[in-house]
Amino acid sequence: MNRQSPSKYSRLTRRSFNAGAGAAIVAGTAPFNIVRAAGGPLKVGVLLPRSGVQAGIGQDCWRGAEIANGLLKELGLPELQLISGDTETNVDVARSRAEKLIGDGAQLLIGAFDSGQSTAIAQVAEQKGIPFVINIAAAPPITEQGYKFVFRNFPTGPMILRDAFLNQKEIFKLVGAAPKTAVMMHVNDTYGMAIKGGVGAMFPKFDMPYKILEQIAYDPAARDLSVEVAKAKATGAEALIAVSRLNDAILITRELVKQRWTPMAILSIGPGWYEDQYLKTLGKLSDGPISLVPWYDPNKPLSGKLAAALAKAYPGISLSTNHVYTFEALLVAADAYKRAGSADPKALADAIRTTNITSNVSPGPGIMFDAKGQNDKLRCSAIQNRGGKLVTVAPKEAANAKVVWPFPPFDKRA
Amino acid sequence: MPAALYLNVAVGGILTGLLYGLMALGLSVIFGVVRVVNFAHGEMMTIAMYIAVALFAAFHLDPLVMLVPIAAVMFAFGYVLQAGLINVFITRPEHSQFLLLVGIGLIIANVLLIVFGPDAQNVQVAYAFDSFQLGPLIVDATKLYAAIGAILVAGGLFSFFRFTAVGTAIRACADNYTGALVVGLDVKRLYALTFGLGAACVGAAGTMLLLIFDVTPAVGPSYTLLAFVIVITGGLGSMPGALIGGVLIGLTEAMAGLLFNPSAKSMFSFAILVLVLLFRPQGIMGKRTA
Repeated sequence: MNRQSPSKYSRLTRRSFNAGAGAAIVAGTAPFNIVRAAGGPLKVGVLLPRSGVQAGIGQDCWRGAEIANGLLKELGLPELQLISGDTETNVDVARSRAEKLIGDGAQLLIGAFDSGQSTAIAQVAEQKGIPFVINIAAAPPITEQGYKFVFRNFPTGPMILRDAFLNQKEIFKLVGAAPKTAVMMHVNDTYGMAIKGGVGAMFPKFDMPYKILEQIAYDPAARDLSVEVAKAKATGAEALIAVSRLNDAILITRELVKQRWTPMAILSIGPGWYEDQYLKTLGKLSDGPISLVPWYDPNKPLSGKLAAALAKAYPGISLSTNHVYTFEALLVAADAYKRAGSADPKALADAIRTTNITSNVSPGPGIMFDAKGQNDKLRCSAIQNRGGKLVTVAPKEAANAKVVWPFPPFDKRA
Repeated sequence: MPAALYLNVAVGGILTGLLYGLMALGLSVIFGVVRVVNFAHGEMMTIAMYIAVALFAAFHLDPLVMLVPIAAVMFAFGYVLQAGLINVFITRPEHSQFLLLVGIGLIIANVLLIVFGPDAQNVQVAYAFDSFQLGPLIVDATKLYAAIGAILVAGGLFSFFRFTAVGTAIRACADNYTGALVVGLDVKRLYALTFGLGAACVGAAGTMLLLIFDVTPAVGPSYTLLAFVIVITGGLGSMPGALIGGVLIGLTEAMAGLLFNPSAKSMFSFAILVLVLLFRPQGIMGKRTA
């Protein structure tokens, strides 16, 4: 009965031994974990709408991601391990997928093409302290929230409109002519109404040479736009400003031909008129429209490499905004990972904040972020459809062709 | 706005309305005789549109040339559907029939999605961009051809029901189901024949509509809804009513788009429907039931 527990003397119980051993194992392996994270590929969650209404665009963005690793290697940047997350074109799904990807080990997120989905992901990224690089989303508030882990290498809505007006003025100056009147046809969805509102607010500040006679809203799912085009034609406007999607851009063009109206210019602020499907469907009739959009600088060497990589992986698909900005988001990630030397989220975020990539694809001096995490140096382009191809006609620094002006008449095309 | 603009828009609306009318005619024929409300009507039309797309892509066959063969295929589809499936549901409660046809519509839409994908498809015929100019009036050639086709098909259908023995027998079934059985008519076969004719009608309409509109697997329900608006406006079960309803809705949408906000043009066709339901519930050409 005099036996005493050895613990009384040694103070080492089985429980404390196990706890100590566990702690020692964790502590002992932690440095190896860090080493592995720094040495292995960075795990990047790529959140895109790969199903649902925006599925086509999401898939197109993914092509830009798929071709990235080869080019990054060529640039001497570390390899990235891409983990795909489908937002299903749904804000709530985007949020839950972001959480899941982080749970699955994603060390950085990119995405998500759409402003609503990107906003939801930004909230998750900020909450979890994981860097999020937006590929495409134009709503200004995303980078106005004071977030520390959210970065955007894509122009905001006001930047797109500012450049749309500036590029038009540059073209007018170059050709020595300008329309005196214009009619605006726009889709009545969130994007179309936002651009309409933005044009209304910014138009007076730019002293444009033309007057907008009428703004005609229409349903993007409309089967027939004959009435809308007839109405636009009846205004007698010299130019047509379009804010469209793909199908309605095709419908408008068909009606222009049938109703025998060739405006002096078709100026598009948004998608539709430059897309592959538009060019293929309309053939020679697709020539002429000028799209004022975020694009790439064809004169930058990396643009040629990206276009070649895309052509090799996906013959018949032309390089576009979707590929360029998705690739650049990954470029930012790889560059930051190399400079940070670690996958630690804070170190990555700090490295992204000091990004200074001058050898890039998008127009402007390069990729660099302001205090809010926005690349405010980006420029948008004016691109023109020419023989089934797209050429950049403004700004001068990023142009590779002279603009064809006025719009070639439809009835004079063979 | 100049008078020429009103004229152009009105003519375009009437031509499109004639096609809408032909599409709704199929629904009206089926309901008028078989008393089944075809909730898969729009989806059946998309089948015809995709057949036309596939034939054009593979053999460059003009949809107008393929009008009769495609209508024949759709007739066979409708006949088999009625004889093999819907006839079983004829004596069951109406909600069973509704659910059956909604289910068929969903299956059609999803099969088309699997086979053809989600992108909009169309045919690029040589005259796709043609138009005729008569003074200030510019008429879309494809709409004109399609409207002429719609008038011919509708005329053929009227003649069939009016002047053939089978047509008369079908009308007898529609007028008095028990009487038709008593005189020894094979009602189920006649029902299948009628459903086939309705399907052929919507098949012809779809083939011609493809000249004007693109097709996606998801457009079916919007055409079903449009067909309902037209037949209720024109008079459910009335063949002339379907055509008149189609023209009225086509014209209303076109003029509403011109005079008001184009975004709201569908609202006006529904407003017409509400007015008809309020003041003439049997439709413009429908018969008042006791």
